[in-house]
Amino acid sequence: MSSKIDYSLPLEYQTEQNRLNILGFWIFLGAEIVLFATLFGVYGVLYQRYAGGPTHQDIIMIKDVLIQTVLLLTSSFTMGIAIFEMRRQQLKGLIFWLVITLLLGAGFLFMEINEFIHYVHLGATMQTSAFLSSLFVLLGTHGAHVTFGIIWAIMVIIQLLRRGLTPTTARKTFIIGLYWHFLDVVWIFIFTFVYLKGMVG
Amino acid sequence: MKKGLFAFLTTAPLLFLSGCESKLVVFDPQGPVARSITELINWSLIWMLLVVVVVFGLFGYIVWKYREKKDNLDYEPPDEHGSTVLEIIWTAIPILIVVALTIPTVKTLYALEEVPQGYEDKEPITIHVTSADWKWIFSYPEEGIETVNYVNIPADTPILFKLTSASTMQSFWVPALGGQKYTMGKMETEMYLIADYPGSYEGQNTNFNGRGYADMKFEVLAQTRSEYDKWVQEVKETAPKLTEEEYEELLKPTHLGRLTFSNTHLDWVNHADHNSKTYTHPELYRGHGYQGKIFEEEDNYRNKTSDDIDEHDHQEDTEHGGDHSGH
Amino acid sequence: MGIKWDEFFITGDPLILGSQIAIVLTMVGIVAGVTYLKKWKWLWSEWITTVDHKRIGIMYIISGVLMFFRGGMDGLLMKAQTSRPEMEFLDAQHYNEIFTTHGVIMILFMAMPMLIGIMNVVVPLQIGARDVAFPQLNALSFWLFFGGAMLFNISFVIGGSPDAGWTSYFPLAGKEFSPGIGNNYYAVALQIAGIGTLLSGINFVVTILKMRTKGMTLMKMPMFTWTSFIASVIIIAAFPIFTVALALMTFDRLYGAHFFTLSGGGLDMLWANLFWLWGHPEVYILVLPAFGIYSEIISTFSRKTLFGYKSMVLSILIIALLSMVVWVHHFYTMGSGPAVNSIFSITTMAIAVPTGIKIFNWLFTMRKGRIKMTNAMLWSLAFVPCFIIGGVTGVMLGMGAADYQYHNTLFLVAHFHYTIIPGVVFAVFAALYYWWPKMFGFTLNEKIGRWHFWLFVIGFNATFMPMFFLGLDGAVRRSYTYSVESGFAPLFLVSALGSVILALGFIAFCYNIYWSIRHADRNITGDPWNARTLEWATASPVQPYNFAKLPEVDGLDPFWKMKKNNQGLTIKDSEIKEIHMPSNSGLPFIMGVAFGVAGFFLVFEWHIAAAIAAIGIIAGLIYRSFDYDEGYHIPVDEIKETESKWRNVEGEVHNYVK
Repeated sequence: MSSKIDYSLPLEYQTEQNRLNILGFWIFLGAEIVLFATLFGVYGVLYQRYAGGPTHQDIIMIKDVLIQTVLLLTSSFTMGIAIFEMRRQQLKGLIFWLVITLLLGAGFLFMEINEFIHYVHLGATMQTSAFLSSLFVLLGTHGAHVTFGIIWAIMVIIQLLRRGLTPTTARKTFIIGLYWHFLDVVWIFIFTFVYLKGMVG
Repeated sequence: MKKGLFAFLTTAPLLFLSGCESKLVVFDPQGPVARSITELINWSLIWMLLVVVVVFGLFGYIVWKYREKKDNLDYEPPDEHGSTVLEIIWTAIPILIVVALTIPTVKTLYALEEVPQGYEDKEPITIHVTSADWKWIFSYPEEGIETVNYVNIPADTPILFKLTSASTMQSFWVPALGGQKYTMGKMETEMYLIADYPGSYEGQNTNFNGRGYADMKFEVLAQTRSEYDKWVQEVKETAPKLTEEEYEELLKPTHLGRLTFSNTHLDWVNHADHNSKTYTHPELYRGHGYQGKIFEEEDNYRNKTSDDIDEHDHQEDTEHGGDHSGH
Repeated sequence: MGIKWDEFFITGDPLILGSQIAIVLTMVGIVAGVTYLKKWKWLWSEWITTVDHKRIGIMYIISGVLMFFRGGMDGLLMKAQTSRPEMEFLDAQHYNEIFTTHGVIMILFMAMPMLIGIMNVVVPLQIGARDVAFPQLNALSFWLFFGGAMLFNISFVIGGSPDAGWTSYFPLAGKEFSPGIGNNYYAVALQIAGIGTLLSGINFVVTILKMRTKGMTLMKMPMFTWTSFIASVIIIAAFPIFTVALALMTFDRLYGAHFFTLSGGGLDMLWANLFWLWGHPEVYILVLPAFGIYSEIISTFSRKTLFGYKSMVLSILIIALLSMVVWVHHFYTMGSGPAVNSIFSITTMAIAVPTGIKIFNWLFTMRKGRIKMTNAMLWSLAFVPCFIIGGVTGVMLGMGAADYQYHNTLFLVAHFHYTIIPGVVFAVFAALYYWWPKMFGFTLNEKIGRWHFWLFVIGFNATFMPMFFLGLDGAVRRSYTYSVESGFAPLFLVSALGSVILALGFIAFCYNIYWSIRHADRNITGDPWNARTLEWATASPVQPYNFAKLPEVDGLDPFWKMKKNNQGLTIKDSEIKEIHMPSNSGLPFIMGVAFGVAGFFLVFEWHIAAAIAAIGIIAGLIYRSFDYDEGYHIPVDEIKETESKWRNVEGEVHNYVK
């Protein structure tokens, strides 16, 4: 609980509370992994239960999904640059790349909402079949995480603008970075197991 | 003071074993399936009794011997951290006991899925069991008859029960004849039961399924072969035919007495089919309290497809009114 | 969305009407009492906004005792209804609601807060820390739990109680068979409390990993800390599964999704799997800290160090791993085939091995000891034989083929009460008698405690022992009645009478608390039991900062060694430095309220209102993000004063164990 600062470490690790928070967040990500693993498990059990409704091939727009994937993967890369800028103590660069990341994230989200609207127009809703219930909830949970991440990152940017780079703001930025990369990894699994596997049939 | 509890607890397992002599239904099997389970249970009881006796004995001895007394107040216990040998012993012995229990368990598990030993040459009779709220429907596809809330079987003959449910998840249990298995909608589970001798055995649902759960009992009546054949013949000749409308009415959440029909509902629906229609009536389950939204289900039997309607539209306007709501 | 006011309050049952009146009177009474005593400000600044782990722990324990009362009333009502055959005291619907809330409340709102409360009080003290890693998060955990518990508890008077059993198996728990909102309470209230528990788990893992005092390596941690640590790890591994399961249940019930429904391709078996994937580890989340409690108490009152420490740690780890791979034994009868059932039979029975190791280690801790029969020790002793019965019947149930005859009968009910009551409830009582002075500065009365102990233990055995035999005779669980012809009547009556004795035991406990608050000796040391671990090295009740100077440790039972070697027991003025402390915060409480309100609207399917309330939650999170409160420092003078107060007591100080 001491507020001693250890200058030999990267900014976000300098205080004891920061180290606790970062470890705590890693453990939280562990819980998130279990959460998504469960959702994948549910999807894996239900993904062929079409109940007479549309199948994967009927609804998936693979081109849009590819664009979404590129957007999110790029945003993960730009988030990496942002953290790199933070380590170099470059506040402007950090904020610039954070904003780019968020724009890419917002683009992803926009396309995902479009995708959902498209599905609903095809008559494929969460109420249609067990397959679609599990699809919407898996994608929706990821999408909700991205939305939450964007709102959260905006808060962090405001704090960076107000307070500059301090151990506390650096820790917050670092943690949102971890979170963002995690969502990217989850998306890779979604892309593989939901879309690619779904297209193959 | 400790003694009273101790005495009580040591006698408890003895009471427990005495179950074998009295007529607790699980210890009084009436068929080979139930008997194989009872044998397994008795085997496990011996080992468990051994564990209880040893540990209780050790516990009583240690607590009694090392309790604080007026004359040992200056005794200072030694600094003792453990003993590898002892710890290995009390790891190894339980492992051996678990192995001793595992082998017959696995054997019995596999045996229970097959026609019981010694009955392989006897042609089994297949009976479809459909559980609904809150009744049991038994269909004899080969004989073409159907009963509700009772089932007659020939004694000394393997019966293959094919279990499914038209509503909630339930459990089919005739303790005198064998273990239980769940009935689930759009799923089929199977089990073999045999009654050694003619007699009446009680069966029931053990998996909670709402208001009418406590009354979901049925009778298994084992008869001699000739009596059974006579009964089948009689049902075929005298019992009424079940119509689809009557059947739909029957699936509503009600308590019914015994019913007998000279055909089976398998002619138009087998609830074990993955794609069968759903026969649910959420509006009839409105109890007290605040009611939430009910969703229209596309695969509900009331949303008949166009060819269904063509087929049945003469009979369509029979009774759908009436007050069937629960309490 | 018109509100149907006529369905809003549950009416027409004298029992429920009575409870409604009682609830209103109690609430009026509390408000009037607090106002009369002018304690609102005190309540707010000392308790509601506190981030002190000890106070949060105490609040958990108080809630747990209250919930024990509620769950116990449910249990007594069930026992009254089944005391005679064809009894007409409760109807089927009412009975179904009562056993559902009994199960949920006892597991999630009684056992969990009791143990998390004890963990909160004890773990930071045992590892020589000043608080948990995230004090404000800890408060949030509590208020989420409390919000969820309150939401669940109002169900029986407002809107309707859940009635599908504590397992809430689908399709029964879905809208197709339960269109009332009762089961929405289950989905939403448990979700809120579950999030709180998950956050607690993360908090304790970080606390135990990073905040141990100097010299306390992992293998020098007290056993209760070890078990709390592993329980927290299991929480992190298991609770997200429950979160998902409950969310899917919510989607099914509120938005017409098809995860577990009969129609639309849903799969009821998926719910059973998800539920027990969480549910089985959950019972080990409960029982592991309880094992830790017994380890501490048996070691203290035998005046010996714990026998086989390493094998104790190893067996907890094995139990934790096995707890994740046994869930199918809850539904052998689902027809997964002999291969699956065989594997799960083996993993289930294998749990007996590490548990056996622990039992023998406890016995050998006592061997060659000097066993002091305090109340805490009596509870620990009673645990051994009672839990053995629960354990051996557990092995019997674990044998897949035999389970076909036990499943869903009262044999099963007797078994799990024989594991959970000795395994958790006895431990909670033991812990309360043991750590009570640490929390409040006085011990509970030993004499009244004896009444509590004997009534409770005898009542417990009388209640549940008959159920083994009833089960073997074919009596099923959750059945509100039985016929005269069944022949179950005598044993059911014994069981009902037993439950009355059990209840008297609980009343004796409550009276003991009352008596001790009024009359108990306040003049005790920080170490009334002559104990062995660090929590006893500081004052009773513990000062806000726990330790003026963080202790150093070089082995097990550190405080015992300090006393033996007379080292580190005193503190020099020069060693006292300013101590940094976190500030109190009202935010966790407000968040708990916001969650509760949003949850309430969601239960009633008033989606717009729920969304508006959810904005409150988001606002709370944003507020927290901008909160840069760095806490405050306790000045040296204040610490000196506090320390001298408890270290240099004038007059006689009473130790209860020499």
